[in-house]
Amino acid sequence: MIQTPTLTWQPVYPELILAGFAIAGLLYEALAPRSDRGVHLTIALGGIASSALASLALWSWTGETTVMGGMVAADKFSVLTRVVLLAVAAIGLLYGSHYFSRSGDEWRGEFFPLMLFATMGMTLISASADLLMVFLALEILSLSLYVLTGITGRRNSNEAALKYFLLGAASSAFFLYGVAMAYGATDTTSITAIANGLAGRIGSQPLALLAFAFLAVGFMFKVSAAPFHMWTPDVYQGSPTPVTAYMSAATKVAAFAALIRVLMVAFQPLTWDWTPVVIVLAALSVVVGSVFAIAQTDIKRMLAYSSVAQAGFILMGLTNPTSTGIRASLFYLVAYATMTVGAFGIVMLVSSKGEEQTSLSSYAGLYRRSPLLAGLMTIFLLSLAGIPPTAGFIAKASVFAAAVSAGHWELALIGVLTSVVAAFFYLRVIVLMYMRQPQGDQDEDAAVLPRVAILIPAILTIAFGIFPGLIVGLIEQASVLRW
Amino acid sequence: MSHLLTVTTFLPLVGLVVLVVGGRALKDDAARGVALVVTLATFVLSLAIIGRFDAAQPGFQLVERANWVESIGLSYYVGIDGISIWMVLLTTFLFPVAVLASWRVEKDVRMYMGAMLLLETAVVGSFVALDLLLFFIFFEAILVPMYLLIGGWGGERRIYAAVKFFLFTMAGSAFLLLATLFLYSKSGAALGGGNTFSLPQLVQVAGTLPVATARWLFLGFFIAFAVKVPVFPLHTWLPDAHTEAPTAGSVLLAGVLLKVGTYGLIRFNLALFPDAAKYFATFVSVLAVIGIIYGAVCALIQTDIKRLVAYSSVSHLGFVVLGIFAFTQQGVTGGVLQMVNHGLATGALFLLVGMVYERTHTRDLGQMGGLASVMPWLTGAFLFAVFASVGLPGLNSFVGEFLIIIGTFAVSHWFGSVAALAVILAAIYLLWSYQRMAYGPVHDEHRNVPDVSLREVVVLAPVLALLLVFGVYPKLLTDRIDPATTAVIRHVAPEGQTTDVGKGLPFKVTTASEGGG
Repeated sequence: MIQTPTLTWQPVYPELILAGFAIAGLLYEALAPRSDRGVHLTIALGGIASSALASLALWSWTGETTVMGGMVAADKFSVLTRVVLLAVAAIGLLYGSHYFSRSGDEWRGEFFPLMLFATMGMTLISASADLLMVFLALEILSLSLYVLTGITGRRNSNEAALKYFLLGAASSAFFLYGVAMAYGATDTTSITAIANGLAGRIGSQPLALLAFAFLAVGFMFKVSAAPFHMWTPDVYQGSPTPVTAYMSAATKVAAFAALIRVLMVAFQPLTWDWTPVVIVLAALSVVVGSVFAIAQTDIKRMLAYSSVAQAGFILMGLTNPTSTGIRASLFYLVAYATMTVGAFGIVMLVSSKGEEQTSLSSYAGLYRRSPLLAGLMTIFLLSLAGIPPTAGFIAKASVFAAAVSAGHWELALIGVLTSVVAAFFYLRVIVLMYMRQPQGDQDEDAAVLPRVAILIPAILTIAFGIFPGLIVGLIEQASVLRW
Repeated sequence: MSHLLTVTTFLPLVGLVVLVVGGRALKDDAARGVALVVTLATFVLSLAIIGRFDAAQPGFQLVERANWVESIGLSYYVGIDGISIWMVLLTTFLFPVAVLASWRVEKDVRMYMGAMLLLETAVVGSFVALDLLLFFIFFEAILVPMYLLIGGWGGERRIYAAVKFFLFTMAGSAFLLLATLFLYSKSGAALGGGNTFSLPQLVQVAGTLPVATARWLFLGFFIAFAVKVPVFPLHTWLPDAHTEAPTAGSVLLAGVLLKVGTYGLIRFNLALFPDAAKYFATFVSVLAVIGIIYGAVCALIQTDIKRLVAYSSVSHLGFVVLGIFAFTQQGVTGGVLQMVNHGLATGALFLLVGMVYERTHTRDLGQMGGLASVMPWLTGAFLFAVFASVGLPGLNSFVGEFLIIIGTFAVSHWFGSVAALAVILAAIYLLWSYQRMAYGPVHDEHRNVPDVSLREVVVLAPVLALLLVFGVYPKLLTDRIDPATTAVIRHVAPEGQTTDVGKGLPFKVTTASEGGG
């Protein structure tokens, strides 16, 4: 006889709300004779805002630690990541709304509901307490992102979508295989139960290690850590820029949130086995990301490789399997999401109509043409490079400190040195913006609304850099994985 | 508890905010005015620091401390002692001079002045920070405005020079960050309680480390500061940066930025790792001596006057490092004196080179000649700065160099002798360059260049006056420097000689620095 679990709905309100608004958006697109951008944006932002409120209400949740039959965790960790994801999604929606109004391509109303579905998958993955739930959420977000990547119908956009889909499907298969292995090793897919199952066992556990390896492949693909990053530059470049902005920031936060749960809870008993793997992946990512970024002539590809390096830095925090490591990585994730979504916003405005100008040379003399855009871009680039007083510096210092205090100073050494390499290509953009003359006549998008949207991450990047205390306290509370 | 140091540090940022908020409504002259007023106000404030400073007390004074990010042990912790107070004053003194010297900059004036103001906050912050992460933040923050100044307003190869400057310094500071984090990660366990970045507490932590670890950490700190100083062979960014930087950029680079490096050696390397410092003393001294000779020889063969002065900096800063690592009272005091004096003398030289360049449009000594007959006042001032720089008795550099050489002789005759020889080399390359510039036939195109303007007199006069004042009456400086350097010596080499110049105060670094507030 099958026991039906009692259902507590509140902890999944954020996802339910997103799904509801997404369906509303779809219905509107299907039924309205001519869909209107403003209505779509209102529906989508309404969904985001309501979902955010529902998430915030969970901050003081005192009920069970997991609900829906142990499928969904109700902890502060999930609240924090949800809020970050929703904020990124809101900015992505604002970008997209502007982008599609100017691009001259066929109008795509489905962009808005797809963004909500993707966000729902992401918030769900960050709250998943069961590997099956992780997989489900992973598929929700991935399928939405595949479509979003190819949404413009331009050739390179479609190519990127297909590439992303093929590689993504393979990585999903790896992930699912990993889930099966974990089930084989411990008779369960619940993250907590796996930990309990693995704890106290003596000797090597090949099946559990295989499970970890397969799961890791799936995760590393999603966070674009080397050597599973090959898709990143092509997809980032081909996607419409608002999608790139959203995807690069949010996917990483979501996938890392799930990875943190899996590493720090499920495989916590195997810490000694997985730490070396994470160290190698982190080192590889920072080196590959930083070195390859130097050779890029396209800003989106450069930022793509830089995001590979950033993934490495976030992994560095996780080489410290204590709350210190979780905190450092969480801070880095918040900082990363903030600066990346901002940087790609600038890219969107500079690239102007139809994505023609994403080459680095189009940044020559940007300061002469638009001091505001150049100034904001400088903030984001300095933060990505880890120069104080930006959020990126505090983030880097935190992950290095976490790695060093776990005894991995060699890794931190690789980290600080690759930061110098990375500074070189971020600086190159700054050189172009301030110290070169503009070439030819090109003008950026002069729209005001996206500029305002970019101001928010810019202010946060500085604020988190000077007053990290603003979020460190929250992160500290969130880093306690309940149960 | 006063907030004098905080106000002094961040006052320039207020000017920056005015420039940013003012936007395009602010005319160029208004932007220059804002920068000048703010830097002058900062200087006046720093004079107030002197007034409040108790010369007899060796520890940190005017201490301000507040938790910044409590959970990671980062605090806003500032204070000054007899060494940093002069560094702060040198900085606040040179900035209005540099602003005034940049009056003729026409391109993007607001951004230029904004970068200067940001730079001032970062430099002053580095000199007053007593929390290692806070120091690192200021230390790194120096890079961005300086990079913009070189890259935006420099000479032909400015971008190459700017990027080289940035990457060299950042690569060095990477090791500093790592070593700092390592100390930090050990601090909680060593002291009980949470980890901390506070310097006095980390001094205790460093004392508990194994010898080998302390040596590695010493090297981490040393590389960062050695790039900044620069110590041979990490100096290669300097000639490029100095040569390509705009005049004010060179003045500030030579005047104060290099001092951040030597200051860091005293404040952090010697305080945190006294034993390792002694272990590496010979090694560092050899590098310093090579730097002294190498810098002098390179200066000898330069035809580009700005590059020549740049190489002379390598040589002079070698003296400072040699003095510091002699671990004698005279050596360290001389080193600190020389930091101030070199900042003034070389600052003056770069100002003058800039003025000559504005008139002749060349930095090539071969293209100059006979300028003494065309602009006697300017070349006269140049000669005065040259004499100060070569260490003519009665002018400021003499005192510092003399003390360093005495202090070094007490430890090693070899190092002392070589250093003394280099003084002769300095006289050769500086006087020879002056000769090529000022005497001989006048080039036709230079026949009608004007002599100094009133603005330039205002720029030069205070600097040149100080060259004389500190030469005649160095006690002004040493009164405050000595107690602080005595403390350093006591900490590093308790068995070493601390007599003669010093007043010999009983001192323990940790208690004195904790009780500074």
